[in-house]
Amino acid sequence: MAIFLTKESKVIVQGMTGATGMKHTKLMLGDGTNIVGGVNPRKAGTSVDFDGTSVPVFGSVAEAMEKTGADVSVLFVPPAFAKAAVVEAIDAEIPLAVVITEGIAVHDSAAFWAYAKAKGNKTRIIGPNCPGLITPGQSNAGIIPGDITKPGRIGLVSKSGTLTYQMMYELRDIGFSSAVGIGGDPVIGTTHIDALAAFEADPETELIVMIGEIGGDAEERAADFIKANVTKPVVGYVAGFTAPEGKTMGHAGAIVSGSSGTAQAKKEALEAAGVKVGKTPTETAKLARAILEG
Amino acid sequence: MDLFEYQARDLFAKHGVPVLAGEVIDTPEAAREVTERLGGRSVVKAQVKVGGRGKAGGVKLASSPDDAVEKAGQILGMDIKGHTVHKVMLAETAPEIAEEYYVSYLLDRTNRTFLAMASVEGGMDIEEVAATKPEALAKVPVDAHEGVTEEKAAEIVAAAKFPAEVADQVADILVTLWETFVKEDALLVEVNPLAKVADGRVIALDGKVSLDANADFRQPEHEALEDKAAANPLEAAAKAKNLNYVKLDGEVGIIGNGAGLVMSTLDVVAYAGEAHGGVKPANFLDIGGGASAEVMANGLEIILGDPDVKSVFVNVFGGITACDEVANGIVQALELLKSKGEDVNKPLVVRLDGNNAELGRKILSDANHPLVQRVDTMDGAADKAAELAAAK
Repeated sequence: MAIFLTKESKVIVQGMTGATGMKHTKLMLGDGTNIVGGVNPRKAGTSVDFDGTSVPVFGSVAEAMEKTGADVSVLFVPPAFAKAAVVEAIDAEIPLAVVITEGIAVHDSAAFWAYAKAKGNKTRIIGPNCPGLITPGQSNAGIIPGDITKPGRIGLVSKSGTLTYQMMYELRDIGFSSAVGIGGDPVIGTTHIDALAAFEADPETELIVMIGEIGGDAEERAADFIKANVTKPVVGYVAGFTAPEGKTMGHAGAIVSGSSGTAQAKKEALEAAGVKVGKTPTETAKLARAILEG
Repeated sequence: MDLFEYQARDLFAKHGVPVLAGEVIDTPEAAREVTERLGGRSVVKAQVKVGGRGKAGGVKLASSPDDAVEKAGQILGMDIKGHTVHKVMLAETAPEIAEEYYVSYLLDRTNRTFLAMASVEGGMDIEEVAATKPEALAKVPVDAHEGVTEEKAAEIVAAAKFPAEVADQVADILVTLWETFVKEDALLVEVNPLAKVADGRVIALDGKVSLDANADFRQPEHEALEDKAAANPLEAAAKAKNLNYVKLDGEVGIIGNGAGLVMSTLDVVAYAGEAHGGVKPANFLDIGGGASAEVMANGLEIILGDPDVKSVFVNVFGGITACDEVANGIVQALELLKSKGEDVNKPLVVRLDGNNAELGRKILSDANHPLVQRVDTMDGAADKAAELAAAK
């Protein structure tokens, strides 16, 4: 088992024919992802060869779904066109849209989130500004390196890409059920809470690692959710204790505003919910290991 | 990017929010002509991106053009909470203020929607109103897809209990302020106070605007609003090279890939520094996923150019980018800097992990650069970098 993505998932790539889309489509195929098509209205009807695998290009998400039964779309669309691409995915009612694109304007992400909501949230959105998600050994939808770790019993949800990789690497011998990068933007689709709920329900996941960072109150709300709903052990890590107030630290959403969004407040909220919080990524991995091997 | 009051005023005016006439100047002498244009009297207002300037003496009434020159002279150069005043705005003197209100639009991250906030108790710090009298601050969600229509504006007016005689004016302002918020790709637009003046008009007397840098691609005019003079020179140099850099006040220079990993690196260095005389990270620098030799050289150049930096910690996790490429990047970057005549004399601690880490480490070992030390764990490398910074 896994969350959100399995070997049955049929994946299309919006923006496949661009340089980033080409590079990562090839890598995703190499990780065993069942990629059934790309979307580009100007190249509809053609196909792209990836080391002997021919992937057809469709004119729209709806057409790709109709012809292939696709149920996941990964988006490598530049920021200026991302809103329209996500809206297209929502209109087609594809069950999962993974928005890798970094640098989308907040008014655009707020608009497509409002649109998804108005349409009844039939499309789960992951991201934007995220590395996507991987179910090791089954499927990879995004840019997470597929060879860090193997299938296993840890579920991981993280705002940060490289910290996701770091944690998967530290715990590579135990392995992961799924790892979900939810992204570092102020407005994101899938939240820590959504992933926590899914991991709680996933019989293969025995322990959940949750990585947060400064900005907003998603970690505090996740702590409340854990207290009320999660029975599996959760280990946490929060980045940004040394971040100064009012400065954006790389991720558009990583900013301490006044006294809100601090790493300290997030750590305290998680600990109050019974989550063991590591001081460094390595210490966090050790806490997870101790629980699973203890 | 937070704007100055005069820039916010300009954007309000552009989108039809009623404001008073005003002009910005940076020499006292210029106050004379502007005040003459404004009818012989003006309000001289310090332009600083910090609250509480009124209490600090940064807002003064000038009764004549000569008085404006004197008042501008007093305010220009003043220090307000660590911000030096380089510009003052001269504003038309308002008719007597009868009432002060508050309106704003901002992003509500928690609910992933926009939020209108409004109060008939404006003029003071709104966070204080929110804390002491939360019932006086109306919060109305605004759907990003639907925006602020006339109906929505009426709903906000009703929620904040604006008096009937200003309801229509405030509703119109709410619609034009929303235009400002959307068309300028703002993260915040705030009017405080929104004043009802003696002749019955409702006018935005002061305001704040914060713009979304991610929208720069479709907001070409926003570049001119940047306060280049106030930018830290290292931050400005980094920006010119498209590097994601924030200057901090410590001694250990940091380079890493990925925002989360770099934030984490700062924390780990600060912890390690506790055992080494309290040394701290000197900066945030995310060189992103690619980490090519050129990007690495650009990053190193910025960090080594920071006189506060005593040691450098390069912390890279090879994901898609393999560590051997990163290691080659570091070696080439050091050669590149040397060939450019840069004085490369600060110790570098490099930690490489992940994809092709063994190969990357071997490249560094073989290069045997006198300034480069390899430490293969993040915590261990942070400790070494802190130790080296403390020893200098």
